[in-house]
Amino acid sequence: MFANTYELIVFILNFIGIYNPINDFFKMLGIEYVLRIIIVLVEIAVLFVFILLTVMFLTWMERKVVAMVQARYGPMVTGPRGLLQPVMDGVKLIGKEDIIPAKADRWIFTLAPFLIFIPALLVFIPLPFGESLIISDLNVGLLYIIAISAISPIAILMAGWASNNKYSLMGAVRAVAQDISYTIPLALSAIAVVLYTGSLSTVDIVTAQSGTWFGFIPKWFIFLQPLGFILFLIASIAEMGRIPFDFQESESELVAGFFTEYSGMKFAMFFLAEYAHLFSVSAIVVTLFLGGWSVPFLSFIPAALVPLVSLGVFLVKTYAIIFFAMWLRDTVPRMRIDQLLKIGWKIMIPLALINLLVTAFILTAGRF
Amino acid sequence: MESDELLINMGPVHPSTHGVLRFKLRMDGESIRECTPVLGHLHRGTEKIGEMKTYLQFIPYTDRLDYISAFPNNYAFVKAVEELAGIEVPLRAEYIRVLTMELNRIVNHLVSIGSLLMDLGAATMIMWGFRERENALQLFEMLCGARMTFNYIKPGGVREDIPDGFMPKLNEFLKDMEKRIDDYEQLINGNEIFHMRMKNIGVISAKDAVNYGWTGPTLRGSGVDYDLRKYEPYSIYPDLDFKVCVRNEGDSFARFIVRMDEMRESLHILRQVVDNMPASKEISSAKYGIAPMTGTPTAVSSYFPRIFTPPPGEVYSRIEAPKGELGFYVVSDGTTKPYRVKIRSPSFCNLTAIPSLVTGLKIPDLIAAFGTIDVVLGDVDR
Repeated sequence: MFANTYELIVFILNFIGIYNPINDFFKMLGIEYVLRIIIVLVEIAVLFVFILLTVMFLTWMERKVVAMVQARYGPMVTGPRGLLQPVMDGVKLIGKEDIIPAKADRWIFTLAPFLIFIPALLVFIPLPFGESLIISDLNVGLLYIIAISAISPIAILMAGWASNNKYSLMGAVRAVAQDISYTIPLALSAIAVVLYTGSLSTVDIVTAQSGTWFGFIPKWFIFLQPLGFILFLIASIAEMGRIPFDFQESESELVAGFFTEYSGMKFAMFFLAEYAHLFSVSAIVVTLFLGGWSVPFLSFIPAALVPLVSLGVFLVKTYAIIFFAMWLRDTVPRMRIDQLLKIGWKIMIPLALINLLVTAFILTAGRF
Repeated sequence: MESDELLINMGPVHPSTHGVLRFKLRMDGESIRECTPVLGHLHRGTEKIGEMKTYLQFIPYTDRLDYISAFPNNYAFVKAVEELAGIEVPLRAEYIRVLTMELNRIVNHLVSIGSLLMDLGAATMIMWGFRERENALQLFEMLCGARMTFNYIKPGGVREDIPDGFMPKLNEFLKDMEKRIDDYEQLINGNEIFHMRMKNIGVISAKDAVNYGWTGPTLRGSGVDYDLRKYEPYSIYPDLDFKVCVRNEGDSFARFIVRMDEMRESLHILRQVVDNMPASKEISSAKYGIAPMTGTPTAVSSYFPRIFTPPPGEVYSRIEAPKGELGFYVVSDGTTKPYRVKIRSPSFCNLTAIPSLVTGLKIPDLIAAFGTIDVVLGDVDR
């Protein structure tokens, strides 16, 4: 319907009938670009607040899911059913002393949390949250997402190195080894999807998955690419750095891994980035394999409601994946780093290559 | 490629050293070249304290050795004293003692398996284990008012009789536990990653295990059929039907499985104890000219002299504690206090094998192997 949220906002303003007066006003002053900037800033602000709220909710949800699995209650005291617990955590972390170890590399030590936090937010720019609900439909969207996610190993290595702590360094080295070896199958199985769509744009990928086969099976890529989906999901969980792949932390071995030495808000930024990452990676899985915001019945819904309904659909699917990741974390132990690398290089990458090859073959054969 | 050696101090403050144990690790990247356990951070001089306290006063100190399973500690010392002084124990008291000790074995294995899995990164098992442990601790609380440090088993018997309502609750626990152990097996044992982490890790041959002085489930995981309850029976164990759980692999996985099996065996023993519990209310010995405990349960310590002097002599008495052979060597010089108390604690002897177990492995394997040895630092350092 609309290419991105900007146009949606313009449409809504037009619908209410205030876009033209405002536009004329700015035109009169000769600074109509200011209006554009304001709208973009509003978009960013909305996205930022949305992500922060999501992250807060996710920390609460994680505790509740863990508690459910472990036959406990989880947070119950602050707010209804402990919903305000993340706020209390934030307040506590802000009140903590910000310690920089004496022998740490101060600049890199301070820079690392930002470098991990900002890409975690940037990933959301080409993610379609619903129909028309996308900040910017980049024509290289998927490539952008993979490239941005690849920044985090650098930040982790910086944090681990700058802390001047052996546990931190080992955690960082592990995390980087893991990230590198799992980004490859991740990218390879994503490419198999791109072969179907012929486009790296996330909107195109979602649109290609709308509609049904035989009237009841949604045209999601999970049905065309079951192996690709499994590989992508496993690699994503490794990317998120969660159990069974949480080597960057592995708290029972390396205390807290690369952020052992961090405290206060810097620690909070790692924490926030981790959960933002959890959300974004799950959203990417949904976009690539589970049809993004599209569901078969979406065509029956009045056009004005489609953005809202599709947002709901997208969130339901994303939270399903998130719940799976949390559930997995509570039931399986951690692997060993060499076993993880072995699986990554000797099983996942060959399988991803075969999957890519077979997909390419089928598509080429179908063309004749 | 040449790489520098990395020296890591693991502990004494570390999430998975189960207290204040310290490992000095010389690492080659992620592999362990040399591992040196450094003990003594929890040393409290318990053996020396034993020389300064009367026999009865020392019993609470034994609670603090292996604080996860304090009943066997109580019993091991009391058994030594009883052998020293030749005190006879009423049958009901022996049944109650075995009941508490086997319950404590289950508690100990729950904690052991739970913390092992938590160290491997699966935090659910310890919560499940603590859920059942809580029920057991409530039973202990009914019995003697304490949850972890009991001071319950006294020379000549036990402190108090079983209270009303204890037996139904115990039966409920036994029935519940049966199902729970199946749950645990499903959660842990059916997990491929767990097998990957445990199998062929920390392997020790039967010969080495014996040479290191290993005992308990750790030794039985290496295929040595050795259980003092069976082969040097004490208390009422000769009358009970149970089998010794042995696995032959000698790796971490075998030690874990032995613990799981032992929990089932303990349940089996507990059921027999419940069925055959003598009806007499006599829970403390009449020897030493004291009236036996009869009627309603009240504090029985008054029936036993606070200060008594066993004849001069020495005795080494050992039992099968949940972690292995727990021995007390007590020397009496005919005064009110022991001349010497030496404690042979299973945790300490089992821990000594750690360097040979983990050399050449990785840090995560050290955690896994260490977890299956089941060490409590209060027991190691004394």
